[in-house]
Amino acid sequence: MMTDHTVKSFDEQLQALSAAVAQMGGLAEAQLAAAIDAIARRDSGAAERAVAGDVRIDALQQEIEERAMKLLALRQPMAVDLRDTLAAIKIAGELERIGDLAKNIAKRALVLNREPPIRLTQSLGRMGKAAQNQLKQVLDSFSNRNADDAEAVWQRDGEIDEIYNSLFRELLTYMMEDPRTIGLCTHLLFVAKNIERSGDHCTNIAEVVYHMVKAGYLNARPKADITSETSVPYEGRA
Amino acid sequence: MTDTDTKDDAPAGLSLLARQLLERLPLPVMLLDSQARVLLANAGMQTALGAGLEGKPLTAVLRHPAVLDAVGAALASGGHSDVSFSIAGLVERHYEAHIARLDDGLVALLLHDITAIRRAEQMRADFIANVSHELRTPLAALFGFIETLQGPARDDAAARENFLNIMAREAARMRRLIDDLLSLARIELNEHVPPQGRVALEAVVRQAAAALAPLAAGDDISLRIESVPLQEIVGDHDELVQLFQNLIHNAIKYGRPGGEVRVTLGQESGHVFAAVADDGEGIPREALPRLTERFYRVDVKRSRERGGTGLGLAIVKHILSRHQGRLSIDSKVGEGSTFTVLLPEPGAMEKPPKAPDILPVTELL
Ligand SMILES: Nc1ncnc2c1ncn2[C@@H]1O[C@H](COP(=O)(O)OP(=O)(O)OP(=O)(O)O)[C@@H](O)[C@H]1O
Ligand SMILES: [Mg+2]
Repeated sequence: MMTDHTVKSFDEQLQALSAAVAQMGGLAEAQLAAAIDAIARRDSGAAERAVAGDVRIDALQQEIEERAMKLLALRQPMAVDLRDTLAAIKIAGELERIGDLAKNIAKRALVLNREPPIRLTQSLGRMGKAAQNQLKQVLDSFSNRNADDAEAVWQRDGEIDEIYNSLFRELLTYMMEDPRTIGLCTHLLFVAKNIERSGDHCTNIAEVVYHMVKAGYLNARPKADITSETSVPYEGRA
Repeated sequence: MTDTDTKDDAPAGLSLLARQLLERLPLPVMLLDSQARVLLANAGMQTALGAGLEGKPLTAVLRHPAVLDAVGAALASGGHSDVSFSIAGLVERHYEAHIARLDDGLVALLLHDITAIRRAEQMRADFIANVSHELRTPLAALFGFIETLQGPARDDAAARENFLNIMAREAARMRRLIDDLLSLARIELNEHVPPQGRVALEAVVRQAAAALAPLAAGDDISLRIESVPLQEIVGDHDELVQLFQNLIHNAIKYGRPGGEVRVTLGQESGHVFAAVADDGEGIPREALPRLTERFYRVDVKRSRERGGTGLGLAIVKHILSRHQGRLSIDSKVGEGSTFTVLLPEPGAMEKPPKAPDILPVTELL
């Protein structure tokens, strides 16, 4: 809906573009929520919804890109209008990635839900909620054009990384204790990684929003991801 | 509410009376124009979604696809629909939305906050899942040994002896779990009834410690209690003994073998406090907020091995809540943990809160 093709003025076109981005954000949020529910609640119905929902996100991204291109070509926007138009393209790109990650999580949930429950999925659920919260806050900051809120999201990414690191260690211990769980744990590991990456995309969006509003840059984000230093051998398939 | 000016963008035909009615309705309501812009959002809606909604496109204030689709359909072809959706956040909120097109082409959107209902359902489901999981593990072990005893180990006296010991341990664990659950249920039932008795905290702590002395000795842990003379407090003797047994038990269980568990009692600014400190492994920071959750254990395997059910601190929390007390946890990994209980002095105790008319069902489980 919301995508009214009869709008005429430049301002209206820009507003419609923002509305489409927000709409796409809503789809990505719903998609991520369904994927997390699929994991944490063992809800395979939600998983199937998340897998199916990706098509709509992709279509909307394409539409946003085309519209933004047309705006750039025909209107040659300047300053804040230019930043808004570019922000729409970039944010749509990030949201599309989040949609993909959610779809991937949902697919793994379909596999996991056929196996006996593992308690760790609860920690994954918590991590997922943290990512969902980040996505909500950053989309709100976009709609409200609030650079401070965007910066807060950007700062908060460390929390997800922290849960990811402790989960990562926990999973490794599991796999070492009982090698039969390696297959399952590998799925969980990728789910965790995908949630963590969704969080990263939220911080990317935060950077875009910040730049859109303030024309400046956020940089030198402190990274708390230290898992690469934890090396424990395990033999699992990706 | 005294504002009698009609706003420029006020929907045509909406009388002052209708506006006031909408404004005062204790339900979140908004009206959308044909472009899905917010024409009017009442106070309830501003509470739910934030201030300054009017004039914004719907996508800027509520972007869940189920809602956008329903509004789109109502704008395009009229009619009405109900959708449910959730909004992420520190506390996730759940809503049902009723969306209807009005005669003049506007769309009305009404929200119903069903967060409390959803949470209660969820708690119940989680609880049942946890309990069955916790019971199933020892039960599976029991069945395994029974089968072995009936089959391959039928005539093996040594194995029989060994297996029966393990079976006794598993059965004891199931019994402990059930005891803990019942005790939790009992405490929760009484949670809204303030305790009646007068209690000397030091005697309570000493009684709890005495019961655990053999366990401490087994791990070669020395148990020390240090106290100054204390005012009596209002409390339930048995519950407080159970509270300190749980804390001291944990301190011994997760303490350092050969180390020390120290309980320090004192009094300050309206409170009597008792701090249970160990010099054990400590608790990682990210686990601290979750410790009092039912069945939460930092290291499930380790807790199980030591017969733990993960209900100890949940029981502590509910006893404290009945006593209007507080628990603060201070821990450093590798150095030890201190669990400090604060209980109000009799004078500082609040008037009993009015008991709710309906007890939340899930809390009774
Ligand atoms: N003094 C302590 N030092 C380190 N960890 C602790 C301490 N007390 C509690 N914990 C952690 O908190 C978790 C929850 O404690 P709780 O008392 O609720 O359960 P439990 O001790 O595992 O089982 P139960 O008390 O039912 O026998 C424990 O499993 C342990 O990981
Ligand atoms: Mg305990």
